[in-house]
Amino acid sequence: MAVPTYPFLEPVERVREKLRELEGGSPTLDREETIAELRRELQEAIDRVFSSLTPWQQCLLARHPERPYTLDFIHGTMNEFTELHGDRCFGDDPAIVAGFALFDGEPVAVMGHQKGRSTTEKVRRNFGMPRPEGYRKALRIMEMAARFGRPVITFIDTPGAYPGLDAEERGQAEAIARNLEVMARLPVPIVIVVTGEGGSGGALALGIGDRVLMLEHAVYSVISPEGCAAILWKDQARAEEAAAALRLTASDLRKLGVVDEVIPEPPGGAHMDPAGAAELVAASIRRHLRELRRTKPDTLLHRRYKKFRSLGQFVER
Amino acid sequence: MGTPSVAVPEGMWIKCESCKEILYHKEVEDNLQVCPRCGHHFRMTAGRRLDLLFDGGRFKLLFQKIRSADPLKFVDTKPYVDRLRAYTRKAGPGDALLVGRGEIGGHPAMVAAMRYRFMGGSMGSVVGEKMARAIERCLARKIPLISVACSGGARMQEGILSLMQMGKIAAGLARMRVRGIPFISVLTDPTTGGVTASFAMLGDVNIAEPNALIGFAGPRVIEQTIRQTLPEGFQRSEFLLEHGMLDLVVPRHELKGTIVRCLNYFH
Repeated sequence: MAVPTYPFLEPVERVREKLRELEGGSPTLDREETIAELRRELQEAIDRVFSSLTPWQQCLLARHPERPYTLDFIHGTMNEFTELHGDRCFGDDPAIVAGFALFDGEPVAVMGHQKGRSTTEKVRRNFGMPRPEGYRKALRIMEMAARFGRPVITFIDTPGAYPGLDAEERGQAEAIARNLEVMARLPVPIVIVVTGEGGSGGALALGIGDRVLMLEHAVYSVISPEGCAAILWKDQARAEEAAAALRLTASDLRKLGVVDEVIPEPPGGAHMDPAGAAELVAASIRRHLRELRRTKPDTLLHRRYKKFRSLGQFVER
Repeated sequence: MGTPSVAVPEGMWIKCESCKEILYHKEVEDNLQVCPRCGHHFRMTAGRRLDLLFDGGRFKLLFQKIRSADPLKFVDTKPYVDRLRAYTRKAGPGDALLVGRGEIGGHPAMVAAMRYRFMGGSMGSVVGEKMARAIERCLARKIPLISVACSGGARMQEGILSLMQMGKIAAGLARMRVRGIPFISVLTDPTTGGVTASFAMLGDVNIAEPNALIGFAGPRVIEQTIRQTLPEGFQRSEFLLEHGMLDLVVPRHELKGTIVRCLNYFH
């Protein structure tokens, strides 16, 4: 089943499709040879396409319909995930999943934005755009983690907080602001992983922590390229230019000091090998968590403050 | 972002955008930029805010030497550095935030007032840094902070670093909260985006001026999302008060008195 994606990925997907067909077929004498040949071809196609990705193409990869989502990463990196529901005020927001799980056998709190795969699921998850009750659910689970001394791991993948009437009514801005404030003083380790789209305040609301890790092809931005183009160029079609101007790729963010580590993705992107991507994510979380677990809460909070305090660039004269 | 309402222009006469009355400029000025006929609140400059809030209009401006470094070398229809230069010429130095220290009702206090005239009051590294320093100064001296928000949100031209200012400021406010240093947030027209979703909603007390546009998403974005026109009064101060997001809606003439009562309570 070929999922129609983006023209720039076509050379890769064409070979991938052939390979899939062949791998699914019955074994013949020269099958192994052809498969090996196609694998080489695939690698070459990937090398060609991925050696010169534009920022806009990075955005498209981050939004790739087959990209692993938060639940895929949770199940790929942890065991015994128990999802918890509701903000105890208004409702349960399926655009954010939260709960606890075992990471390397140790209990952790885990949460993240959740996009849907099928049309029904996309609508149910509101395309990964949370309402206030989603952020408040996340906050509730984080505060519970702090009570029981469990580290928090968050996965970020959202176009943004939902800009709807009901969300405004119930205090979208307050919900986001409160999360920032509480995450800044939560006395347990927090590891953030930006896995897909880091859409503005809606992403940041799960994004204050001791380590900010980012997948190679994820993006993280103050505004979507489309939104930026519509405002600054008065033309949404100029999103490509806006994507370049915003410096929203993982390597850009690493240079700007926003991201502590860029997690490499399997060749061709996380969607080509979700299990492999999850393994890479797990390895990175493991390493950072080991360090953070050894740090006293006071030191942790002090360093977390300094980390965000130091972000920004200005001159003084 | 922003709203169709405009600041009082230069000239002898102005038209009130609410009651459409033609008003003598001086009369509006003397009335704290409030329409003497219908009570409409015109936008007020950050400088006048500080004058209004500090006792005897006496205060010391702080952190005025911080300037934007254009970290992304951002260019849209024109370079960001050119925009910065033009706005500095128009509004004076200080980017989109003025921070002053003085006394309010006899209480030593810090006021951080946003400047809409400077790129729509947008928040970039300079606004974030000035806020962070104001907070740290308040923590060191154990004095309260009052912010006056007036902003379209984060400044796109500084990209992700603008977004991170939200975290930076909220982290400072978290420290104030833990140590019991009061923070009063005043929300004026307009307060939207990353400013609302960081410090403006985090006051121990949130106070808004009447009929101010306050929200996370701008009204146009919401209309595009839900494909309906928004109800009258949506995202206005009174609407937010009704929905539990504000403590008080206070006309400008009573703003200082209300803040003084809060400070008396906290101290």
